[in-house]
Amino acid sequence: MATALEDFGSPAIESPRARRQRPGQRSRTNFELYSWIFMRLSGVLLVVLVLGHLLIMNVMDGGVQRLNFGFVAGRWSSPFWQTWDLLQLWLAELHGTNGLRTVINDYAERDGTRLWLKMLLYTSAGLVLVLGTLVIFTFDPNIG
Amino acid sequence: MPKAPAGTLYRGHVGMWSWVAHRVTGVLVFFFLFAHVMDTALVRVSPDTYDKIVDTYKNPVVNLLEVGLVAAVLFHALNGLRIIAIDFWRKGTRYQRQMLYAEVTLFVILMVPAAFFMLRHTFLTLFGTA
Repeated sequence: MATALEDFGSPAIESPRARRQRPGQRSRTNFELYSWIFMRLSGVLLVVLVLGHLLIMNVMDGGVQRLNFGFVAGRWSSPFWQTWDLLQLWLAELHGTNGLRTVINDYAERDGTRLWLKMLLYTSAGLVLVLGTLVIFTFDPNIG
Repeated sequence: MPKAPAGTLYRGHVGMWSWVAHRVTGVLVFFFLFAHVMDTALVRVSPDTYDKIVDTYKNPVVNLLEVGLVAAVLFHALNGLRIIAIDFWRKGTRYQRQMLYAEVTLFVILMVPAAFFMLRHTFLTLFGTA
């Protein structure tokens, strides 16, 4: 009875509560726990922020056809939408980066591949966060 | 060929496919986010440069891709709420399949009018008489 799963040729599934680390190599922090909680908290906020953003930008009042520099200038004259976009930028980028970190951990099996893919991921995340934040804070409606 | 025991595992059932779809939509939306922050950054170059790039969003083919993007985000959002319910609701795991059916129903109900409003202009310019 205990070997029923092996008899059916199913791959062995680790016990969910088994210790993952090799002996003598224990995690010192609860990083994975915090990242799991962050995905859920940011997820709930992003449902409101991103679906609201898509509704306004893509669906309402002719959607994307009415977008231009003037439209952006009008929205970012309001601290409410500046805050909305800043929060959306940070939460979405961190949520997505953490999601891709999981995907890389799942599929990139060689240590070197994992390292390089994650370096690329974190570099792009840093670029997006710095550039995006700078654009929101330094936006000039009278440029050009 | 003997069949693997069913009922306790996700494998091969709708639970697995919703997980696959959650991954695929998540990765797609993440790549779009990169492009979207880059195109929005053009507001710091000049109004003309920004307007030129934003005009590509109004192209009929790109407009269709935007419907796909909204669909990907909407699925990821609804399925994410389902995952939270599975994690935190006491009966979440027992009703995960029913929640998926509810989610897909809600997805269709929201997506049909959204697609209609998003594509209206494209349809009118391509096939309209005006």
